[in-house]
Amino acid sequence: MSKPLMVDARAVRKSFGLNEVLKGITLQVEQGQVLCLLGPSGSGKSTFLRCINHLETINGGRLYVEGELMGFREGADAIYEMKPNAIAKQRSEIGMVFQRFNLFPHLTAIENVIEAPIGVKKLSKADATKKALELLASVGLSDKADHYPSQLSGGQQQRVAIARALAMEPKLMLFDEPTSALDPELVGDVLDVMRNLAKSGMTMIVVTHEIGFAREVADRVVFMDSGVVVEEGTPAQVLDNPQNQRTKAFISSVL
Amino acid sequence: MANQLGKDDVVAVPLRHPWRWVSAVILVVLLGLFVYSLWASPNINHDVISKYIFNGKVIAAAGLTVTLTVVSMIIGTILAIALAIMRLSKNPVLKIVSTGYVGFFRGTPLLLQIVFWGYLGIIYPTIDIGIPFTDMIWWSEKTSLVFTSIIAGIIALSLNEAAYAAEIVRAGILSVDAGQAEAAKSLGMSSGYTLRKIVLPQAMRVIIPPMGNEFISMLKNTSLLQVVAVMELYARTSQISSQNLAQVELLVVAGFWYLVMTTVLSFPQSYLEKKYGRGFSVATQKSRWLRIGSKGNV
Repeated sequence: MSKPLMVDARAVRKSFGLNEVLKGITLQVEQGQVLCLLGPSGSGKSTFLRCINHLETINGGRLYVEGELMGFREGADAIYEMKPNAIAKQRSEIGMVFQRFNLFPHLTAIENVIEAPIGVKKLSKADATKKALELLASVGLSDKADHYPSQLSGGQQQRVAIARALAMEPKLMLFDEPTSALDPELVGDVLDVMRNLAKSGMTMIVVTHEIGFAREVADRVVFMDSGVVVEEGTPAQVLDNPQNQRTKAFISSVL
Repeated sequence: MANQLGKDDVVAVPLRHPWRWVSAVILVVLLGLFVYSLWASPNINHDVISKYIFNGKVIAAAGLTVTLTVVSMIIGTILAIALAIMRLSKNPVLKIVSTGYVGFFRGTPLLLQIVFWGYLGIIYPTIDIGIPFTDMIWWSEKTSLVFTSIIAGIIALSLNEAAYAAEIVRAGILSVDAGQAEAAKSLGMSSGYTLRKIVLPQAMRVIIPPMGNEFISMLKNTSLLQVVAVMELYARTSQISSQNLAQVELLVVAGFWYLVMTTVLSFPQSYLEKKYGRGFSVATQKSRWLRIGSKGNV
């Protein structure tokens, strides 16, 4: 008997106009698992990630997080769109880290971290601040709490963004190419934080080009191309002994 | 940084710029002559200026001008935010109404709108509150008693201002990166909360400089309310001058007070710019320098 499923995607389809970006993605992620999504740009991996927390509305299939359908309510004969506050509630339990950090520039690092716990979870400012300081310490940025994002390096901003997502105590973390916008020497610190998070048992889905990170941290690797899952398995299977021609070509190009 | 190895060795004789001097002297002389001609003119009575410049009625009128400006600006801005949100919403009816509103109020002269609101009583002699198309009327009043000239003036100015400010607010909201709202959504924030706490504070940085312009325009546009007999600064000074025939002297008095008011009202702008600029590069650098100055606070 395997662990309960955190994410259960069944034949998920997504189109932008006539352009079908996801052509039936079926994918399961167990609780506590780290899944790395690889693939060339335009393969649909970021779109799939954004479908999981309903930043994009899917056009076909079903997508469940912890057994709950995302963004919709299943009735007897139809599915219904959810109300915005119900969707917001679902999203608040899923953390997301963006390629371009998307920190709030008008707030300091600590204000970035406490904004949602106070505004959404209704924590008191004292409790939220205490928690936020712990989180900033855990990403190695205790001394930067009162800095504005513009005063931080890209790597530091991304670590604040991770702390901000963790402050909502999510059950699942989504990473959308978290190191792609960073200078090479700053990538390591962010990956260290993610490595520790994986060790702590967090369920994570990571869209990345860092093959080394995938090999070391991922429980499973999924290779996507043109909106379909081409190959999946353990890092050893997919990265070291790919079966599919497209996977082989991609891995040799990024290594 | 100065040359660390030795003394500065470029000590050149500066290039001379004779034409800068010539043009400056000509300009100063012309300006001086102009001011002197005004000062020495027998047609301008300085005693009248000094008699009216701190006259109680004039100062009260200037106070009314400030009140009209502030009240109309507040109402106009609130309406503008609503119009901008309507314009950006997915509801096509709200979008069209907002676009139409802006088109209408920007497309007709402010003077025309002011006179129109002054004549409202001709179209609607009474104002009734009740259920439409029935005889149920709970409250009724003559329009001229509700829409006094000051109320009509404030309505005209605020509705007109809303149209211009709506475009400024919309531009400000659009200037905020879409990733901001996305990050807020991903944290579970509602769209209203996102707008209030994340998008608008960042939009303010873009909104405030043009709104400062609007504020000053508004202050001067209150003078148009003279046509509906609101006793603001311009109406008051022209009323006085129509009695003592010292037109130019009272224009000087009015001009002086308009300048004082626009200058004073410019100060809040720089304060607001600093407040909403926090976290953005220029202001941040400044605060960094301030921090070095006060080491204890870091």
